[in-house]
Amino acid sequence: MSSNRSLEPSALSLNDLPWQVKFSNDRCTLCGQCTAVCPVKAIELGVFRKRTLKPSIRRQADQGVAQDVFYGIRQKTDVAHACIGCAMCTLVCPNDAIHPEKNPGLDRMKFHINQQGVPRRRGGRRNAAGSILDRIKFTRISMLTDPALDAGRHEFEMRTLLGRVLSPRENMKRLKEKGWIPPVREIYPLIIGGMSFGALSPTMWEGLQMGVAYLNEEMGMPVRMCTGEGGCPPRLLRSRFLKYVILQIASGYFGWDEIIHAIPHMKEDPCAIEIKYGQGAKPGDGGLLMWHKVNKLIAAIRGVPAGVSLPSPPTHQTQYSIEESVAKMILSMSMAWGFRVPVYPKISASSTSLAVLNNLTRNDYASGLAIDGEDGGTGAAYTVSMDHMGHPIASCIRDNYLNLIKIGKQNEIPIFAGGGIGKNGNLAANAAALIMLGASGVQIGKYVMQAAAGCVGTEEDRCNVCNVGICPKGITSQDPRLYRRLDPEDVAERVVDLFVSFDTELKKIVAPLGRSTSLPIGMSDALGIDDVAAAQRLSIKYVV
Amino acid sequence: MCRLFALTSRDPVSPMLAIKALDVMKEGHDGSGMGLLLQDLGGPFEEMKEAPILSGIFSEEGIRRLDLFMMDLGFLTKYKISLKVPKKPVEGIPRRDLYLIRAYELPEDWDNLSKDDMAVRLSDIRLKIREMGEEKKDMMVFSFWPDTIMIKEIGDPLLLAGYLGLDRKELKARIIMAQGRQNTNYAIDLYACHPFFIKGYTTMTNGENTAFIPIRDFLTSRGIAAYTGYQSDSEVFAHILHYSLVELGLGIDGYKHVITPLQERDLAVHPNAGFLSHLKRTCRSLIIDGPNCVIGTLPDHSLFMVQDRKKLRPGVVGGKPGLYGFSSEICGLDAVIPDRDKSRDIQPMHLDTAIVGPDRQEVTICRQTEALNLPL
Repeated sequence: MSSNRSLEPSALSLNDLPWQVKFSNDRCTLCGQCTAVCPVKAIELGVFRKRTLKPSIRRQADQGVAQDVFYGIRQKTDVAHACIGCAMCTLVCPNDAIHPEKNPGLDRMKFHINQQGVPRRRGGRRNAAGSILDRIKFTRISMLTDPALDAGRHEFEMRTLLGRVLSPRENMKRLKEKGWIPPVREIYPLIIGGMSFGALSPTMWEGLQMGVAYLNEEMGMPVRMCTGEGGCPPRLLRSRFLKYVILQIASGYFGWDEIIHAIPHMKEDPCAIEIKYGQGAKPGDGGLLMWHKVNKLIAAIRGVPAGVSLPSPPTHQTQYSIEESVAKMILSMSMAWGFRVPVYPKISASSTSLAVLNNLTRNDYASGLAIDGEDGGTGAAYTVSMDHMGHPIASCIRDNYLNLIKIGKQNEIPIFAGGGIGKNGNLAANAAALIMLGASGVQIGKYVMQAAAGCVGTEEDRCNVCNVGICPKGITSQDPRLYRRLDPEDVAERVVDLFVSFDTELKKIVAPLGRSTSLPIGMSDALGIDDVAAAQRLSIKYVV
Repeated sequence: MCRLFALTSRDPVSPMLAIKALDVMKEGHDGSGMGLLLQDLGGPFEEMKEAPILSGIFSEEGIRRLDLFMMDLGFLTKYKISLKVPKKPVEGIPRRDLYLIRAYELPEDWDNLSKDDMAVRLSDIRLKIREMGEEKKDMMVFSFWPDTIMIKEIGDPLLLAGYLGLDRKELKARIIMAQGRQNTNYAIDLYACHPFFIKGYTTMTNGENTAFIPIRDFLTSRGIAAYTGYQSDSEVFAHILHYSLVELGLGIDGYKHVITPLQERDLAVHPNAGFLSHLKRTCRSLIIDGPNCVIGTLPDHSLFMVQDRKKLRPGVVGGKPGLYGFSSEICGLDAVIPDRDKSRDIQPMHLDTAIVGPDRQEVTICRQTEALNLPL
């Protein structure tokens, strides 16, 4: 651009971008791998012209100007092709000649990203690294009165219950009268939360399912995985592995036709049915599978045309109110499986979570409540929803649990926490803190993608293109060229590694606390935090 | 870890016997407090088995308030023992005005009450007195129940026994439970002394109950007024016992299934597997996650001992027909019943409940893997 032309309002320089590609001309061999792998085409082969002045002490001789041309990598500066920092270029470069760097200043792209009147939609996370869960410490360590347990050798029963547990008296009464007793599953407290077949690539989904099956059948850990909205492959529905699966029904009802038709052929009941009302990353919004990812296979399973975006409405549109919805849907779903399968809703953490919970306490068919906090990840949401809406999970779980204690039903409706657990890598500590605040178990999604498949997303707006099907690792893409990068066997192996190491860490937390035969749900006396306000809000100890 | 000693005897005996056992086990307690329960009383109380006995510590002002309160309710004093203490203070024992043990005549309008109604009323009165005394600490009441005396104080057991003059002929009982305390996890409070008593059910415990807070939350939310207090993490054991036996209608063989349920593989092959898995699920938050040894009594004057499954050093039960002792250490038992057949001593392991019934003839062992008497 010449210096005297007017600048466009959206003309950005490299310095305005959140990520800048640093490139070393000395090392580059111009192999072209980086430009080929870049999912957003942020870099291209560039031709650079260099003018070199050659001064000399002699008057005329040797003095002159040389013009040189060299080739290298040029970063594009338009919004559509801005670097997302995924570093796939670094990964493929044979000479370490290229890497993206986070712009330490305020990136001005934020002001321009909503082009053509469409605000930014992104996949991924909230981009806030802080976590109150990471600041909670376990302070009640048994050392004097009794020998502490040995996490490595002692027997532990790290199980939780999914399902409506009646009060001991009511349960006894129904046993006597041979009445109906709600179904209860004994499961591992770390659940793989809803990530749909459609949002995830076939290889990722298959890897997760294989990992879960191995954990159950070979390791004896009753790990469960939720399908997310979008249905379930027919072969899985008719297999014995269905018992490890929680089927999710969300407001778009995608894939439910297939599931209902498979009911007569099911060899096993599913572990449970999750009715999704809300998701922490986009509270009040329905799910959205953008057209990029709706290929023929996904379209077939969901029963929709290929290549169209699939938004789910914000609530189940067939129902008038949450009360009606909770009661009706739970009953219909229970009925579909002959009242043998626990059915529970999943909602976003919000100040109205209590209202839903209060509603459930009076419904015998409600088997639990999953609450997803503001740090929950997603396949696609408007930036404003992800960054500015929602409720932190710790205080929401605590409010709900304390409310249950007040009415004496704390053991009857299990609450499952999700959203940002392990977002800074401290999975076991975060999970244990939530359990001691009152959760019966926790759901993880992002963490599994990061740990089991190498998702490169971080809380610094890195990558976050899960929604448009160009996931550089092939985790959330429906493009075979991308998802073939991911070997399902490797994913399965990592899932197993992840759960087994989580188990060891969880034991390392609960053993010195003296707990081995029951999960320390609500053991809030073990927790402390170095913040008066947080301690007061969570009713735990203030420690400095 | 606290030291515990309990005995059940055909003939009423002095509490000094149990205190002697505590003294022998002294290495294991720090002398920061003692609790004593006397039940199935002998001496003057032999003739008034139905009369509720109030035991507690009162100031001069407190006793005046108590008298007014009890008279208002229509209770008349039938018999009393006031433990007057020497004027000279003893180091480590707080100065109090009066240790009171007083049997009451029931009000006339209570005559037609059912046993359950009476239990609720007696317990409510105890809670009311306790509440009245909370502010000025001038009334500290431990029990208000027929045929039951409780004494608690801060200090070393043997010193306390001498100080309070427990070696007196009026104080004799067929069931005695005594605890010498060591390092309570909470503040050293009089009410944190074992044994804990609720409507005829008593327990004392050693070890640390790490699951205390969720259990307390469960019990206090049951809507039963007497499930309160909890100055000690061990108090919940008595309330779980009451809850299991009275509210759920289980037998004593079921208590252990509530506090330490069987693990999956044992549960699967149990003759009552179905029932027990329901019990385990619904009573999940009552799992104690010890390690603990619990010694307790039931209203029919049975005495029992159970161990948590993690317990590394179990308590011991031994004796002879007519006299059995339950002790957290063998030396305690040796001191009180040296002439027993030691080869018949029983150290209940993690599946056992050792019980000596009201006839005091033998020790029976309930194994958790055996079929149990179902309340169905």
